[in-house]
Amino acid sequence: MARTILPFGPQHPVLPEPLHLKLTIEDEIVVEALPTLGYVHRGLEKLCEVRDFNQMVQIVERVCGICSCLHALCYCEGIEQIMGVEVPRRAKYLRTIWGELHRVHSHLLWLGLFADAFGFESLFMQFWRVRERIMDIMEATCGNRVVVSVNVVGGVRRDLSPEQCQWIEQQLIISEKEIRQLQTTILNDYTVKKRCCGKGVLTKEQAYQLGAVGPMLRGSGWAQDARQTGYAAFGELGFEPIVEYDGDSYARCAVRFRETLQSFDIVRLAIARMPAGETAANVEGANEDDTPRIISGNRGGIMQSYNRDKHHSITAAPPPDLDIPAGSLAAKVKGKPDGEAVTRVEQPRGELMYYLKGVGSKNMDRVRIRTPTFANIPPLLAILPGCELADVPVIVLSIDPCISCTER
Amino acid sequence: MLETIPLSLDEVVAVAKEHFDGGWRLVTMTAVDVGEAGFEIFYHYDKDLVMKHYRLSIPKETVVPSISPVYFAALLVENESRDQFGICFSDIVLDFGGHLYLEAEVRAMPFCKVSVAQKQS
Amino acid sequence: MLGNLINQGRIKSPWVVHFDCGSCNGCDIEVLACLTPIYDIERFGILNIGNPKHADVLLVTGTVNHRNKHVLKNIYDQMPGPKAVIAIGACGCSGGVFREAYNVVGGVDKVIPVDVYVPGCPARPEAIIDGVVAALEKVKTLLGMTA
Repeated sequence: MARTILPFGPQHPVLPEPLHLKLTIEDEIVVEALPTLGYVHRGLEKLCEVRDFNQMVQIVERVCGICSCLHALCYCEGIEQIMGVEVPRRAKYLRTIWGELHRVHSHLLWLGLFADAFGFESLFMQFWRVRERIMDIMEATCGNRVVVSVNVVGGVRRDLSPEQCQWIEQQLIISEKEIRQLQTTILNDYTVKKRCCGKGVLTKEQAYQLGAVGPMLRGSGWAQDARQTGYAAFGELGFEPIVEYDGDSYARCAVRFRETLQSFDIVRLAIARMPAGETAANVEGANEDDTPRIISGNRGGIMQSYNRDKHHSITAAPPPDLDIPAGSLAAKVKGKPDGEAVTRVEQPRGELMYYLKGVGSKNMDRVRIRTPTFANIPPLLAILPGCELADVPVIVLSIDPCISCTER
Repeated sequence: MLETIPLSLDEVVAVAKEHFDGGWRLVTMTAVDVGEAGFEIFYHYDKDLVMKHYRLSIPKETVVPSISPVYFAALLVENESRDQFGICFSDIVLDFGGHLYLEAEVRAMPFCKVSVAQKQS
Repeated sequence: MLGNLINQGRIKSPWVVHFDCGSCNGCDIEVLACLTPIYDIERFGILNIGNPKHADVLLVTGTVNHRNKHVLKNIYDQMPGPKAVIAIGACGCSGGVFREAYNVVGGVDKVIPVDVYVPGCPARPEAIIDGVVAALEKVKTLLGMTA
């Protein structure tokens, strides 16, 4: 039978990011898929040689804008492990709250894009409307919508006032209600099921052997989630992963949908149990030299520049205090990291791993970042052969590809 | 401190096979340039959220046997190490030949410290 | 007469195509956020489409690297004139935090001419909308519509 080679990407309406797939097709069936990467490769692991270990926090946040907070969290935990810093408990809870809010925004973003991939544009708009509420929480508490630079080595930069916590809880109640309204469409609609059920099936064995992570792994029946290792405050909060068993695009979608709601619960629980106290610890390493830490000013005023009520048709109470309380950043950084550490956190897309090596200088010797999409590409190559060409966008999107993570 | 198990060049594939059969997952591999001594390659395995790290020390220009026939997932990271460090792996299932990320015009092996030193001088 | 009408249409309803060079996704999702109900650029007639051949305005996010510069040039060449290019975010303007990385060429203007620079890391959706409006002034000049 005649074979055709079809290029998919790098600029493609369904992909927000440049990924190129060379699809070999027979009639309408894909027989082979070969990826071409490198369109987003910047080489930022190498930047650890020109930026000191405190400045690297800002660099690793920009590995991926969608899950920036969790990259910084993973990096900071690694440095803290090397330097033997005990982070204050309140900082751990704050990290958890912002980390889970990031997961909610990332999953809502993905659910929207996924809906768009099978042609449900209105659903895409609905999910993104809910997501804006989460973005507002980020902006009101951190000063920026997407890249929230809250993590620093030793703790967090910002604090939450009790009024803000209350306001966040109100916002979450509204968001959760809005998301539940969309549940029937995304999970039970006949057309959606036709497009997702049984498409791109990754069996339980395959998922494990090919090293799938995150919703891809949990959608195939494995209850494995890096949050079970108890990073940040998860050790105290407890955590049960969400599992689906079918291994198809629908299962992955269901995992993400349920995780969104689960993250709401985690945020609420973390707010309820958050202890009082400091938000950053002194960082002291083996050497005695001071490494200056750059402390940014309070950027809380940014929210006042536009009238938020105009943008929301259903308006909740405005954020109570537009001035963002800065955390106790009087904490000093002394010394330099010397040693190796491996840390893992659960990103929205799956397990993220950092290998860090310091050799007693202010620059890290090696920063290695294994991102979840990097691990999910081999399974994608395994599930594409055999599917129909029309399903390729849905299947590619179902792994939640983040190419800027993959290539760094 | 990171606990690692030393690994020799002939054991690489055998250890990978053993872990594959024992139900371990390959998390990733990490290559580190350690200057004169060559490279260190870490093999990170995971089972039920417990990690095991193997450390392989090799002089530069050693050809490392690829574990991608055992763990298909290793293909990307092996190609990446080839791009960034110039470490050659024999029998990768899908060999990009040092062009996974980089175009031919980019300086070869950007992560190697020797080439950085040359650039600065 | 007819040409005048078409030109009016071009200004009233510019079609944009978005291309992500090596962005961290931060600006990409803000571009997408512009489409969604809170910001809703369609109320200004701005429409996001996937095909560069239908587009008037090119939105580029992120740094240019050695591999995607060919793709970027290709997309730019496919767009019919009059066209405008908007570089979004610190990375698109100058290379941002990545400008010292080994695989980064620099800002978008190293490869194609840029008309409007939208700063920010990431750029806010309001700023992006402002950028598109500013780019339309340039298109107006190209069409000879400035009074």
